[in-house]
Amino acid sequence: MKKTIGKPVLAVGPFHPLQEEIEFFQLTIDGEIVTDIDVRISYNHRGIEKISETLQYDQVPFLVSRICGICSASHPLAYVQAVEEMADITPPDRAMYIRTIINELERIHSHLLWVGLGGHFIGYDTVFMWAWKYREPVLELLEEITGNRNNYGNVKVGGCREDIKDEIIPRMLKELETVERKTDMLTNAILDDPVLHARLKGVGILTREDAIKCAVTGPTARGSGVDIDVRRDDPYAAYSDLDWKVIVQPEGDVFAKAVVRLLETFEAIKIIRQALNKLPGGPIAVEVKDIPAGEAVGHVEAPRGETFHYVRGDGGNTPVRHKVRAPSYVNVPSFAASCIGQSISDVTLTLASVDPCYSCTERIAVIDSDNKIVCDYNMLVKLSREKTQRIKEESGLEGITLKEE
Amino acid sequence: MSWNIWALKKSPWVFHVNTGACNNCDIEIVNCLTPKFDVERFGIKLVGSPRHADALLVTGAVTAQARPRLEEVYRQTPKPCVVFAIGACACDRGIFHNSYHVVGPVDKIIKAIDPDAIIAYVPGCPPKPEAIISGVVKALAVL
Amino acid sequence: MSYEALKSKLDQISDKLTGIDVKSDKRIFLNCDADNALAVNKFIFEDIGARFCIETGIDCDDRFEIIYHYSYDQTGCIINVKASIFDRDDPRIDSLTPVVSAAEWIEREIHDILGINFNGHPRMERLILADDWPEGVYPMRKDSVKQ
Repeated sequence: MKKTIGKPVLAVGPFHPLQEEIEFFQLTIDGEIVTDIDVRISYNHRGIEKISETLQYDQVPFLVSRICGICSASHPLAYVQAVEEMADITPPDRAMYIRTIINELERIHSHLLWVGLGGHFIGYDTVFMWAWKYREPVLELLEEITGNRNNYGNVKVGGCREDIKDEIIPRMLKELETVERKTDMLTNAILDDPVLHARLKGVGILTREDAIKCAVTGPTARGSGVDIDVRRDDPYAAYSDLDWKVIVQPEGDVFAKAVVRLLETFEAIKIIRQALNKLPGGPIAVEVKDIPAGEAVGHVEAPRGETFHYVRGDGGNTPVRHKVRAPSYVNVPSFAASCIGQSISDVTLTLASVDPCYSCTERIAVIDSDNKIVCDYNMLVKLSREKTQRIKEESGLEGITLKEE
Repeated sequence: MSWNIWALKKSPWVFHVNTGACNNCDIEIVNCLTPKFDVERFGIKLVGSPRHADALLVTGAVTAQARPRLEEVYRQTPKPCVVFAIGACACDRGIFHNSYHVVGPVDKIIKAIDPDAIIAYVPGCPPKPEAIISGVVKALAVL
Repeated sequence: MSYEALKSKLDQISDKLTGIDVKSDKRIFLNCDADNALAVNKFIFEDIGARFCIETGIDCDDRFEIIYHYSYDQTGCIINVKASIFDRDDPRIDSLTPVVSAAEWIEREIHDILGINFNGHPRMERLILADDWPEGVYPMRKDSVKQ
């Protein structure tokens, strides 16, 4: 870690709810303003790339779905696409549609999860509870299709493992309608709320130039006006057959990222609905024989950004090298660009806006130069909430109101 | 039953320790707190510091870097406390058993510093919220 | 810029490359020596304007390979630059971080797990392995044994 003797340092982590890898942040602060940020990862390094070299091609999807709990459909899909490219396999159409549906269901529950936690950090626990309540039906649909609420393990080289049965399609459409209505309610509540505008606009700005320099992907890039989306740029699964659009917001602040995620949820619902209506018949997998020697890349738009897999084989039944790049790996270093100059009360939110996966191990402490803890995680969330409260009082507004229909 | 075990069982406050999990178990733990399952109505509360906790919910296969942190968190937790190993990784490292950077499982690390530790296991990848709740209830029943 | 225009742009640096392998319109593999890697990468990042995805370090028994992956999002083309390092005892390559700041983490990671030194990297500190991991043990090398 950087030597920061003499300057007050804010230590965030290693146990902290904001990241999928348990990470450790050191924020150097001047008064309330963050002047430098440093990150230490490794807490969550499980050597997945090495383990992958010991597993057979067909076993690896189960491993890579356990890289990240929320992207557990995107990682196997990226890997499988790389292997299929290497072996020149074309999966049947029905498998392509099923992959699309599973991935978009994942996007819905991931974005709702983010909205909930974003609300939690600024002191709107109602949003947290409601958003998490509405993502439950999506998890149940996934369980009904694949047999598990998370870690679906549905993708395999050459197709899919589990089919979407005809009898659950009407139920899926009905649930989607409910999710759409609830998301609509949340979106309107958030977009119309002047307190949230005051609290989120202009906070944690990642400029377009910084976004390109840091090579960020996904909603983090699209919230900064960088118009990239793997689903459109390099179409995979059934995305090229369906009608949907890429959401881009130019502002680069937390509000823009929230808007991108909320609107993407509607696009995801639209995609699933079309895919279910157009779902072609036929088999869901083709038979796979040998995987020849070679190398290939596969990339997929996960809820957080581009998931990138590189696979090299030597003709045997295991990969000889399998490189994985999760979207947070490039999104997290962009904190250096977006956090510096922010006040401490905005840092939790700025860190959260990138959507590094959340867990709920909460420990974060402000340490002064004698390494004495002066302020812990709860204090930081409290600071963030107090700011929301202050804005409410100053503007004389009541803030968010949710009405259940 | 000693009075401190009785007090522990009445309303267990839990602290959540991620030692290198894929986040699934962590999200399912948070799911337990949200409206569908809502364990807070039974007095189970997620707290922000191990010093306030009666139980540790440990997820993940314990990486080399997370090991000293897990030990420190366990030392900071007031005794008696129950350690719940949530998920296949925490119970026995799961799919990561032959990794160079994984030193777990959780029970091995905890038993090394406290042979009398109370450890309960909730297997599953990830365990469903129902399974986590059931695991907690069963463990509290045999204490 | 269409695929043809991209291809003709790549011809400008053909003297620095040792081979071009076009697998399809969307997958291009370029080979070069370690000495030319920085110039080739600079050209692809700055002149073509491709987005840096990641680097992959591979131990191929007789040599190390560093593959730089770029995505040219206008056409969805992935450009892979493969640089070979033949010196196994002291593997070195020029760092890309001064040109592409996004490469900082991954070069530190490759240094951790493969022991390749990046000349000119601003902060070659440990990133991915534990604080107490022994020096000189590189887990992704083929000759490493499980600790």
